Amino acid sequence: MTNETTTAQTPEAFISSVTDRVNQGNRFCGLFASPRDHGTRLLAVVATDERLILDEVVLPTGVGEYPSLTPGVPAAAWYEREIHDLYGLDAVGHSEPASLIFPFPPGSERPRPGSGEPLGAIEPDTTPLPAHLSGEGVFTIPYGPVRSGVFESIEYLVETPGEDIPYLRTRVFYKHRGVEKRFENMDVENGVLLAERVEGVASVAHAIAFCSAIERIVGMEISAQSGMVRVIHAELERIANHLDSTLRHTEAAGQAVAYARLTTHKERVLRLQSQLCGSRFGRGVVVPGGVTAPPRLETGQLLAAVTELESSIRGDCRLLLATPSFVDRLRSTGVLSPELAQLNAALGPVGRGSDQMEDVRFTRPYAGYRHLGHQLLEPRVDGDALARQYIRLEEMWGAFHLIRQAADELDRAGSPRGNRWSEVVEPATGEAIGWAEAPQGEVLYLVELDGRRLCRVKPRSASFHNLALFPATFPKNILTDFVFIEASFGLSIAGVAC
Amino acid sequence: MPWITRGLARGIVTTGYPRRPDGYDPGFCSTVVVDPDHDVDAGLADVATRCPTGAISVDEGRARLDRGRCILCGRCSELRPDVFRLDPAYETSVVGRSKLVVPDLDEDDATLEMTRAHLARRVKALRRSIHIRHVDAGSDGSEEWEVAALTNPIYDVQRLGIYFTASPRHADVLLVTGLGSAGMVQPLRHTYDVMPHPKVVIAAGVDAASGGLVGRGYAARGGIEELVPVDVYVPGSPPSPFGLLHGILLSVGLLPTKASPGTGSSMERATGRLFPEGSPRRNAR
Repeated sequence: MTNETTTAQTPEAFISSVTDRVNQGNRFCGLFASPRDHGTRLLAVVATDERLILDEVVLPTGVGEYPSLTPGVPAAAWYEREIHDLYGLDAVGHSEPASLIFPFPPGSERPRPGSGEPLGAIEPDTTPLPAHLSGEGVFTIPYGPVRSGVFESIEYLVETPGEDIPYLRTRVFYKHRGVEKRFENMDVENGVLLAERVEGVASVAHAIAFCSAIERIVGMEISAQSGMVRVIHAELERIANHLDSTLRHTEAAGQAVAYARLTTHKERVLRLQSQLCGSRFGRGVVVPGGVTAPPRLETGQLLAAVTELESSIRGDCRLLLATPSFVDRLRSTGVLSPELAQLNAALGPVGRGSDQMEDVRFTRPYAGYRHLGHQLLEPRVDGDALARQYIRLEEMWGAFHLIRQAADELDRAGSPRGNRWSEVVEPATGEAIGWAEAPQGEVLYLVELDGRRLCRVKPRSASFHNLALFPATFPKNILTDFVFIEASFGLSIAGVAC
Repeated sequence: MPWITRGLARGIVTTGYPRRPDGYDPGFCSTVVVDPDHDVDAGLADVATRCPTGAISVDEGRARLDRGRCILCGRCSELRPDVFRLDPAYETSVVGRSKLVVPDLDEDDATLEMTRAHLARRVKALRRSIHIRHVDAGSDGSEEWEVAALTNPIYDVQRLGIYFTASPRHADVLLVTGLGSAGMVQPLRHTYDVMPHPKVVIAAGVDAASGGLVGRGYAARGGIEELVPVDVYVPGSPPSPFGLLHGILLSVGLLPTKASPGTGSSMERATGRLFPEGSPRRNAR
């Protein structure tokens, strides 16, 4: 592991070490399991202001449980539930130990991604969940998995006495595809193609995070020019995603003209992306060692297209924020308090709307970001859908700014030496974590590599981390706020339940 | 009030497709074309093994490509630009799974003709009011963006009498994305069952057609074929909005005959214009 890792001798020491780090003000990033020769390794990732700190412990074969981290670190709740499903390890003392990612029937074999052992088709145990609340007139509205409209499949169980939403639960297993298991034994070239499909609307960010883990294991640097190309595609992806969240707000608020215009803008962003690389989602650009090719448009054409896009999007968004019937629906809707956001280490625009300003593009810069100037966002503390909307708009303007800078840098630097846009990736063995700031927030990839063969790949999307917080924003809201809160989180369920 | 003028300001942005071909993005490739007259070559077996989804098969030195598996990574066209070529043609949807394999296998044409005729008879009653129910059966999320794009002013499918509906009870077409995740088997089946007759099923994207890159696993059923009877397949990973529109129009028999060559001359023309020296995609490396 390229980062320093502290190996604990007992699960108790491991839990107390991680809890101490979080109590010292560091951000909890995730808890991941990997098979080891004589058991299962648990790895906790914690971020300081500029680096990652790792703690690990190995649970020997035959040990089926460990003390839960969740009582001290609430943000670990979903990670422990995921490990329960995929590895069959129980977190003792967890407040809600129910299955999350896939409800394996009792006694069923677990996939243990990274073990390399095949596993046949399994039917999920779809027993309905018992109601959480009881009281006169309280009933449960199951919403999903097949929903009214073109949405990804997820089930929301809304427990309500009629109008308020005192309690809400999500069930995400419907979309579980077993992607982590699929990564086993792939080579790195195919691995990046699969990473692009973990969370399809953030393909570029996932590819960058995956590739930077590989590059870290191999101990190589990509060329400055390739880094700039990665920035251009990643920022276009950010603009498309933030437009998507915004247009879903306008649709829910009945702003028909704004909706029509924003969907058109989003289409133009996807078309620009495809003009640059041949894929509307920026797929096939980022590869281990660099990028496949530079943008296919001349710098002048790219800058003109970006400037034209920005001015039309800015005009519409300015008007949108001056439209009371729009703003009123977002204000004080779906409040995530800064305290709760910090406690659960909220990521991306969801976190930044609640004063969690970290953005790994700038705190732990990767690709071309370390060479580019960036604007600091004004902290927002309201934590409502409107705060998240403001953050997204400002991030869009920042994205345009970064694209222009990256295009200029690329123009100035010319082609890399020998016109080699990607360096040869030598076989290597080891383990590393890669990251990227997706439109939804920080994406992490834990990669264990043996030569050219991937042993274990664990993608962690910001969608997974943030969806855990989603139900907490519902008290004091009513049923008609639901769509706004969902759109303002801007998550992809594929990334949650991969 | 300012929204009214703003709404009119840009004029008409809507595509003329399917009345006439759309001159969409030069950079966009949505299919791979295999040269049917390529040289018989033992080296192609190596290309086949390097295809990440096993979409390429080689029989007696002749290559075939299954568009129902192809995720358009472009590796084959990079290795052998003389045989494989990424192509911008988007009218690639087909009736019948075997038609996704190119170059064409001629042998089962009689069966296919029957399938097609049967579908045409079924959809005759639908005419110009098509209601679509979309179901995500384990997609990567990008497919939903492309399906949703169909209602934006550029594609504007309402102009063709095509609508998305919330209730399967109103639906004529079941548009399925995703690889058939175990959790969606029952919900998908249930949605299909409660749709009124006649009903049409479209598998949108290679994930739905074959499972795509994830394929089969403990929670993935390798496509939706085993879950619901599929009529029309739309290749692509994800399929583009034009590809989806072509698939929908094909499924309900609304494709104007003159604008639907699908293969051949229009594709060649477009390719010739855009990529004079074969695929440029990875040449810069």
